[in-house]
Amino acid sequence: MIRRRMTRWILLVIWLVSCGFAQAPARAEGPVYADVLPGHSLTFPADYGAHPDFRTEWWYVTGWLHTPDGPRGFQITFFRSRPDVDQNNPSAFSPKQIILAHVALSDPKLGKLIDDQRIARQGFGLANAATGDTAVVLDDWSLVRGADDVYTARAGTEAFGLNLHLRPTQALLIQGDRGYSSKGASAGEASYYYSAPHLSVAGTLRQGGRTVEVSGDAWLDHEWSSSFLAARSAGWDWTGLNLDDGGSLTAFQVRDAAGQPVWAGGSFRDASGATVVLRRDDVQFSTKRSWLSPRTGIHYPVVQTLTIKLPSGSRQFILTPLFDDQELDSRATGGPVYWEGAVKTDGGKGYLELVGYATAVKI
Amino acid sequence: MGERGSLPLVAMRWMIVSEWRTYPSRIAIAVLAIALGVALGFAVHLINGSALSEFDHAIQTVSGDADLQVHATSAAGFSEALYPQMAHVSGIAKVSPVVELHAQAQGHAALTILGLDVLSAAVVTPRLLGRRSDGQHDPSDFFSDSAIFLSAAAMQASGRRVGQSIDITSMGHSASFRIIGDLPGIPAGQAIGVMDIAAAQWRFGQLGKLQRLDFRLAPDADRAQLSSALASRLPLGAEIVTRHNEETRSDSLSRAYRVNLDMLALMALLTGGFLVYSAQSLSVARRRPQFALIRVLGLERRSLVAQIFLEALVVGAVGALGGLLLGLGLAAAALHLLGSDLGGGYFSGGVPHLSFAPGAAIAFGALGVAASLVGGLLPARDAARSQPALALKNLGDAIDPRVHPRIRLALLLVVLGAAGSLAPAVNGLPIFGYASMALLLAGGIAMMPWLARTLLWIFLRRPISNVSLSLAIQRLWGAPSQAALALSGIVASTSLMIAMAVMVVSFRGSVEAWLYQVLPADLYLALDDSGVGGGFDAVTQNNMRHVEGVAWMGFMKETPLRLAPDKPDVWLIARTVDGPAGGLPLLSPGLAVPPNDIPVWVSEPAAGIYGIHPGDHLVLPIAGVTPRVFVAGIWRDYGRQQGSIVIDSDTYTRLTGDARRSIASVALKKGALADAVIARLRAVLPAGVADHLSVSRSQEIRSKGIAAFDRSFAITYLLEAIPILVGLIGVAATVSAQTLARIKEFGMLRHIGVLRLQIVAMLIAEGALLGAIGGIAGIGLGLAMSQILIRVVNPQSFHWTMDTRIPWLLFIIVIVALIVAAGGTALFAGRRALSTAAVTAVREDW
Repeated sequence: MIRRRMTRWILLVIWLVSCGFAQAPARAEGPVYADVLPGHSLTFPADYGAHPDFRTEWWYVTGWLHTPDGPRGFQITFFRSRPDVDQNNPSAFSPKQIILAHVALSDPKLGKLIDDQRIARQGFGLANAATGDTAVVLDDWSLVRGADDVYTARAGTEAFGLNLHLRPTQALLIQGDRGYSSKGASAGEASYYYSAPHLSVAGTLRQGGRTVEVSGDAWLDHEWSSSFLAARSAGWDWTGLNLDDGGSLTAFQVRDAAGQPVWAGGSFRDASGATVVLRRDDVQFSTKRSWLSPRTGIHYPVVQTLTIKLPSGSRQFILTPLFDDQELDSRATGGPVYWEGAVKTDGGKGYLELVGYATAVKI
Repeated sequence: MGERGSLPLVAMRWMIVSEWRTYPSRIAIAVLAIALGVALGFAVHLINGSALSEFDHAIQTVSGDADLQVHATSAAGFSEALYPQMAHVSGIAKVSPVVELHAQAQGHAALTILGLDVLSAAVVTPRLLGRRSDGQHDPSDFFSDSAIFLSAAAMQASGRRVGQSIDITSMGHSASFRIIGDLPGIPAGQAIGVMDIAAAQWRFGQLGKLQRLDFRLAPDADRAQLSSALASRLPLGAEIVTRHNEETRSDSLSRAYRVNLDMLALMALLTGGFLVYSAQSLSVARRRPQFALIRVLGLERRSLVAQIFLEALVVGAVGALGGLLLGLGLAAAALHLLGSDLGGGYFSGGVPHLSFAPGAAIAFGALGVAASLVGGLLPARDAARSQPALALKNLGDAIDPRVHPRIRLALLLVVLGAAGSLAPAVNGLPIFGYASMALLLAGGIAMMPWLARTLLWIFLRRPISNVSLSLAIQRLWGAPSQAALALSGIVASTSLMIAMAVMVVSFRGSVEAWLYQVLPADLYLALDDSGVGGGFDAVTQNNMRHVEGVAWMGFMKETPLRLAPDKPDVWLIARTVDGPAGGLPLLSPGLAVPPNDIPVWVSEPAAGIYGIHPGDHLVLPIAGVTPRVFVAGIWRDYGRQQGSIVIDSDTYTRLTGDARRSIASVALKKGALADAVIARLRAVLPAGVADHLSVSRSQEIRSKGIAAFDRSFAITYLLEAIPILVGLIGVAATVSAQTLARIKEFGMLRHIGVLRLQIVAMLIAEGALLGAIGGIAGIGLGLAMSQILIRVVNPQSFHWTMDTRIPWLLFIIVIVALIVAAGGTALFAGRRALSTAAVTAVREDW
């Protein structure tokens, strides 16, 4: 199963990789995808880098920025996808790997998201997801992990630009069972998944012709897999919270068409570093307040109560958005419409993603 | 005062309306002459305009509105390593790499294949993207190496539909594709197929190569600065292309042809104007007593001129309006029947849309009105100037026959014309050549009174026993201005027509002779892949050479090569240049090639366009290699107007590694049967190649060449025929007007005993004499003008020369036609004039 986060390209990517078998020409030789297996341990720095044998992979940075003009939410994402094309084509343009990237800025003063996206086939050094360590580039957008462990993220558009250094302050948070993160009931539905919470942000934000110094807290997810969500799932909710005491909370649920959870999971690491893997029954999302999008007429549960079961007992987090309208509508270009935005909770801040509230996201 | 004030109005009604009522055909002819001239000019202009906008459209379509492009100078392309280099230049927002190939689909349908990276093209050239329309929604097909999107024209030409498969051949490779959608951004008439760039590279043997890079510039980028920054990084074999130089290139390809057509149309307008002038002159001359009368009655000289001016204005306006409508109709019909190049072969594609040009309509309409006004005003001034008392008595011709006409002005015009023919082209156009033709025409016409006098003097000096002939000559002698008017109309139209005819006949003859020179072999085998790049490989060539019955075999290949960004591609012809049928039609003996130099032979048009001379050294931007070559000679080539360069076949193979050739020429052994040899040749061809083979005997190619020539000159023939028609109508109008004006004279002749029959014979003789003199003078003048067309206009416009050939039969036909037309009209009009009783006729003479 795949992770909750989704943009229009991931939809495209999933199409790319999931279809086409039936029509593949007889002489064509499609790719053989690597499987996600339990009992396998992640090794670093190799697993910082790309895993081109897998069907899909992403590096997902979300966070809060402190600017002279108040708080902003931001999101920079790089996807790698391996479509089903003939592996025999010797052309350097052969789209054996596709790189996609998305950047979005949540500005409460604007009251809505501004974003941009790019997509390219890997090659010629113009678009690349390197193996060995994190180094993903797409033209002048990039996410690169330096020798000092600091990530540099660059992305922007005409309306705004981000140039950020993300310095880890804690150990990596390896999700699931040593990085094997189960996403569904069957054995194949899983991904390799680790997170880097509490990244300390320093850099610049360009907006409206002005460039300002910013700082903040961010969260990086790196996940790769060759499998997909179960067919009956209609959407998902995901959140990652940097808690003020140094703790980190990851929680997600997959919903069916009736809105009932069919799978859930996550992890809770407290300030001392003790980590609890959250199972299917340990995570519960419940709607506290919905927001009606005036553009799409969709109701999003933008204020949620997240309840997690820990060995020490249940804990509740009320997730409140930085502002309500953090909806992304990419239907004009064939993508989904979803909500992804900065949220805060009592004693923490993070990001929340709400997908599949219009119609079931077909995958 | 009131009486006096209304006189001009009354007089106008009296003069104009009654004149028109009495002689409607005369007015109709004047209007028709203007209308035809305006119609021709306007139609040709509209057609040219439509053709050009069609061309611009085609450029926009294939370039997909990219801000800037880098193009390969030849079909072989450039290295794909250029793509990342260009992408890193600052100011570039996005680069879209493109494989662009000429290809052939099933049914021999030619199309352009664009191999795109759909992800970059979506940003840079979204118009080129395909639309999925086969009912499937699998986006991975956009990357499939077996899927293609076809434009409507490509589907139509190949007879395939969305959902079907199609076989496509390009660069010597064939592959089968599934048509998964159409190209809604490609306008009708353009055959284009779009597929994934990796698929195009792989399927058509283009690995590592690109033909094009399309650029989207950053919003704040300085285009000019960026162009030069990019240009400095480009290797030989790639060049910057902007919309501007792309347009210049397409413009320069057909500009000379279009300007020549425009000029022909203007000549027709000029002839029309001249006919109006002669019609008006006659009309004014005939009404001189009337004008004198109303002057005596108190009409001012100025008012009289105003009256005639108004008359000419009405004739001009009606003619111009009619001409514009006729021109619109003509243009629509011609576009539909002949295409936008009027059969010239410059543009290909569907029927272009006629684009109406209001500016041009006003301009041509104004020219028509102006022609009429000038034609009317000159005689009006003469009429106003003459003494009313004298004119009232109608003392006949205004010019005193005893004064010998002057020739100084005429000679001056002719000398100026001759001088103009020596001037070089202006901006690639033979402006001075046309000016020189116009001056010669004016000089020739101005010479007519003198010439008529001189010729008649020869007749007058010997006694003539025949009464009618004698009367005719005396009459022409005694009324020189009327004779000159009729003559100048004949001369103007005849000379223009003869000039064009001599040029076309010379051109046709030269082309025919050239076709023998360039096609010396017996058989020609062509692989029907129009630039697709397949061909006979080295092994096949060797096998073919050893086929029984083949005495000699030459191979050849043509590839486009761009020598300058704003000029059309020249053809680089790799060709066997030695052996019995390897010779080129060189204009002068070839130069000795310095040792270690690579010889090339440059065609006449290429030499003219690029200023190349024998003995020069050139650098040819063939992909990857840029050999320095030696120009060993200039050869005559009518086949490729944009120029061509011949290089030895083996040398080309050594330079490029490309040994494939698409055309083979065969000299047969004595006694060998062509059909048997063809069958044996087919047998040694690899499977698949033989299907694309077309075999022609040299005679067939020659006939096809001449047919193509005739087709491209079809419009010229039409443009030629119209001045003749207008001219003959003018001659008829002039002669009949003059005849009808002489009723009194006929009455007088009858009274002194001349027989009716003798008067008719006199009129026929007069007409025939006018026709003969006009015809001979027109032919003489036309011959002089044809030399300007052949020696100045053609070399300057098209960069080729030709040998003059004289169409004697046509000359005889023209003279006979003129004599018959002038004499016949005189007979017809004379019979009508003579039907009035002699007594009445004389009485009219108060």
